[in-house]
Amino acid sequence: MKAIITVIGKDKTGIIYNVSKVLSELKVNIEDISQTVMQDYFTMLMLVTIDEEKTAFKSLKEELDKTAEEVGLSIRLQKEELFDTMHKI
Amino acid sequence: MIYKDVLDTIKMLEVENLDIRTTTLGISLLDCFDSDYKKATKKIYDKITTLAKDLVKTADTVADEYGIPIVNKRISVTPIALACANNVDEWIEYAKALDNAAKEVGVDIIGGYSALVQKGCTKSDESFLESIPYALTETTNMCSSVNLGSTKSGINFNAVKKMGPLIKKAAYLSRDDNSFGCAKFVVFANAVEDNPFMAGAFHGVGEAEKVINVGVSGPGVVKTALEGMKGATVDEIAETIKRTAFKITRAGSLIGHEVSKRLDVPFGILDLSLAPTPAIGDSVAEILEVMGLERCGAHGSTAALAMLTDAVKKGGIMASSHVGGLSGAFIPVSEDNRMIAAVEDGCLKFDKLEAMTSVCSVGLDMIAIPWDTPEDTISAMIADEAAIGVINNKTTAVRVVPVYGKKVGDKVDWGGLFGSAPIMEVNSFSSGDFIQRGGRIPAPVHSFKN
Repeated sequence: MKAIITVIGKDKTGIIYNVSKVLSELKVNIEDISQTVMQDYFTMLMLVTIDEEKTAFKSLKEELDKTAEEVGLSIRLQKEELFDTMHKI
Repeated sequence: MIYKDVLDTIKMLEVENLDIRTTTLGISLLDCFDSDYKKATKKIYDKITTLAKDLVKTADTVADEYGIPIVNKRISVTPIALACANNVDEWIEYAKALDNAAKEVGVDIIGGYSALVQKGCTKSDESFLESIPYALTETTNMCSSVNLGSTKSGINFNAVKKMGPLIKKAAYLSRDDNSFGCAKFVVFANAVEDNPFMAGAFHGVGEAEKVINVGVSGPGVVKTALEGMKGATVDEIAETIKRTAFKITRAGSLIGHEVSKRLDVPFGILDLSLAPTPAIGDSVAEILEVMGLERCGAHGSTAALAMLTDAVKKGGIMASSHVGGLSGAFIPVSEDNRMIAAVEDGCLKFDKLEAMTSVCSVGLDMIAIPWDTPEDTISAMIADEAAIGVINNKTTAVRVVPVYGKKVGDKVDWGGLFGSAPIMEVNSFSSGDFIQRGGRIPAPVHSFKN
């Protein structure tokens, strides 16, 4: 299953490290990554593939929620289909 | 992955209150009806609690995976007036069965305590109508509706006559709760069989055994899209509304189909009405303000609303193959914070609201009126609104609340999605003799298309 992770928050060191650590531990593959800093706000998008036999969507979400709380960022995990459906005919 | 598209969606969700207003499971109860009301109510309770047992859990899981909230989970059922009961007390047992089933499966609201009397009332319908005020008082999560007119059959004026007293009674019985009973009751003309929104949802007799209908929302998204368009012509605005409605509808359609697949229930329709909530920035009236009206209700409001409703439909139709329900823009006064402001500022009056209902998707919705409003006047409001629907071949509805003990200038707060409302002034001249005539307004000439 493909999903998009969006990370938004105050820029600080170790954001990518913290998020990718969770992904690596849960065997989630990062396919694409892009980031920018706008007015001190860090925004990162990751396209990931979740192997549902190895990792449940729910447990990945829980881990990312935990990380979000620890580092004080907003992290969203959403199925990619939503973005495709809304923006493509 | 297109960066802009993702951020666009995230902004809609985080800032502009994009959500799926409701996932409504329609259930046919035709096989539950029995001449023994005890047997029937048991079958109804069992059928609903069996078919809907996973609705809330499934909708929540889908909402979580796609990161888009589903605000309400609801159930609609076959109009209960088709069942058998000998008296008001027996009808109330049906209402309790629905309410208990809704609570058991954890849905927010159940609709379908309804009667279709557009051409006439059966004896059974008459005792059913009598039961409505009591049923609304004795239940908490159940909504009721009556359809009393259609373009094909005209307006059942006998039923119109009954509605004023019915609404006043419901208001009186729920007087300790700011007459909230009336907020759960709506009177329709040209009611649709697949509407997922409350209070008027019911599962039509022409519908399948079970079906998932979805109602989207998102006035905040449309408003934000228009905010950057200062100086644009109205056709440019219409184009932007259309494009925005497309995106919102696609999100709703995706979620609806996913819930339907997981529950193994066929997908019915997507209702693409812009439904406001009392939250700041989630207002239909504010869209009209962004278009350039100082307040909703100013001259030009009907034209702005007509364009909005039409553009939403056009964008939505492109986005989903099964668009239905009411589909347009809702203008419930108490549920829209800019609408409330417009009433309080003296800009939005009852008559203007009525004019606006001729181009919006429903009608006079969630309007608090003075307690001393005569019963016949309430019936007459319903007659006017039904006439707009019947003549213009569209759905119209009336959900007014004569709030016990309140007068113009007072305010009432129902909380949650129902919001709060200033008591609106009503025309004080009598409609009594006209309403008391009863009978049936003949179907309009354009109904003869066969």
